[in-house]
Amino acid sequence: MTDPRTAENKKLDPEESYQSNQVLNPDDWLPEEDAKRLTSRTSRRGFLIAAGAGIAAVSGWQWLRTRPNDDGIPWPLRKVLNLNGNVAGALSPLSRLSPEYSKSQARMPRANGTIGLENELGIDWALNVFGLTDPAKPITLSLSDIQALPRVEMVTRLCCIEGWSEVVHWAGARVSDLAARFPLATADARLLSSPHPNINTAAYLSAMTPDGEYFVGLDMKSALHPQTLLCYEMNGQPLEPIHGAPLRLTVPVKYGIKSLKCVGALRFTNQRPPDYWAMRGYDYYAGL
Amino acid sequence: MVVARTLLSGHSRLSRLVLSPNPQKAKPMKARLQRKHPLIVRLSHWLNVPVLAIMIWSGLLIYWANDVYRIQFGSVVLFKFFPEKFYDLLHLDHRLAEGMAWHFAFMWLFALNGLVYVGYTLVSGEWRYLLPNRQTLAEAFHVVLHDLHLTKKPLPPRKFNGAQRLAYTGVILMGLGSLVTGLAIYKPVQVSWLTNLLGGYEAARLEHFALTIGYVLFILIHLAQVVKAGWNNFRAMIIGREFIRESEPNWNQPAVPEASHD
Repeated sequence: MTDPRTAENKKLDPEESYQSNQVLNPDDWLPEEDAKRLTSRTSRRGFLIAAGAGIAAVSGWQWLRTRPNDDGIPWPLRKVLNLNGNVAGALSPLSRLSPEYSKSQARMPRANGTIGLENELGIDWALNVFGLTDPAKPITLSLSDIQALPRVEMVTRLCCIEGWSEVVHWAGARVSDLAARFPLATADARLLSSPHPNINTAAYLSAMTPDGEYFVGLDMKSALHPQTLLCYEMNGQPLEPIHGAPLRLTVPVKYGIKSLKCVGALRFTNQRPPDYWAMRGYDYYAGL
Repeated sequence: MVVARTLLSGHSRLSRLVLSPNPQKAKPMKARLQRKHPLIVRLSHWLNVPVLAIMIWSGLLIYWANDVYRIQFGSVVLFKFFPEKFYDLLHLDHRLAEGMAWHFAFMWLFALNGLVYVGYTLVSGEWRYLLPNRQTLAEAFHVVLHDLHLTKKPLPPRKFNGAQRLAYTGVILMGLGSLVTGLAIYKPVQVSWLTNLLGGYEAARLEHFALTIGYVLFILIHLAQVVKAGWNNFRAMIIGREFIRESEPNWNQPAVPEASHD
């Protein structure tokens, strides 16, 4: 830092001669040759630092993209995705609902995936639900058991992870109502009394197609969300096979990859269940 | 002819010596390396290069999975975003998961960088050079005419002229727009009020895409202007200072307070 008075004096006296051994101040008006010398010295240093930063940036990029994969993506990226999921989960109250639309806006969405739907379903389809306390002994439910639960209708947007979306009119039963009707979701084998997960509640819900080819994992808060349904109707019609007949999940607070078509088994569990697309590089949380 | 041109150019040492009535008593030419871009502005500016590159690239990986936008009149498609060749050439196809992973990791850096830059310009007073003011619109018009060689009236000596003020303020607003529209399509349930405000999920996705096209256009014009403005100007974005002669028009002539710089 130069003394401002000294700097001022220099400005007032442009005739002042500069000694070559003097430290040059770039803020002062200098003889042009001195200023040029100072410029090349400063530039050399600046460009060396810039080149170093450039090399560091490229190395950082190379390092990041060559890290060992964690479920299909470099592990540091997976860590950030999980962190994003935790932040989003913490900021998502159950009261935050997916916006509803009018029935006239509902359309049939494109049927995007057939994984888990390729095997012919027998007429003996049944839903096996594994509770938290007795994971070896599922209860077996028929479609009419599900239809006996309170019927919920909603018109929500189905958002595909590919980027398209469609408004759909759904009808089905809440997963939370299933857990309130059968002792499945709590560690002490009680009926669920509130959709707000607590220390007793299972941490995850796993859903699987009858052939086990397609499977998803849901955090319990999303599974017990009031708009998370086991659906048996779309747009006023019973489900078509391509949309997951006879029963499918719909989870409007998640991308469509979590809305598993043709549920064969549900499992309440404390271990994070495998998830078909999360194993292939996608975000596990996948929340909207 | 060459001699005549040299004589006319006001800044050459030769012309001074020749034109000066008494060469022996001519004052020595003075120059300095004048402060221009504060360190934080330079860091933030250059960090944008890798961050924007990764955000635009990963955005394309995501967009590929539902590449529905096109410019069309009636049934005549003028341009499809994007032709298959474009994806093939840059290997952008079938990489949605990868694109989302990069996009949702580097969005933090993009947001943080913008926050630091805006915060710094506000606190340091640098905003005075950047925000449009009453003269900006007229001046920007003048700059455009000047750049198109439609007027010879010289540009006023300014750190950032009217066109630059509009462009640099505009691109910050675009950045904010990208954050807002991005959040609206990233969390359309959690921030459904915002998604609705932007015209809905589908509209917000289009807005997010259009802003990216806007960046690309900005970058192209920016690069052309940097080339046109020359080496001294470019170097200032690296070393922070520009070489300037005392005799040249200077935006910093009535000295600005030192405190506003690094």
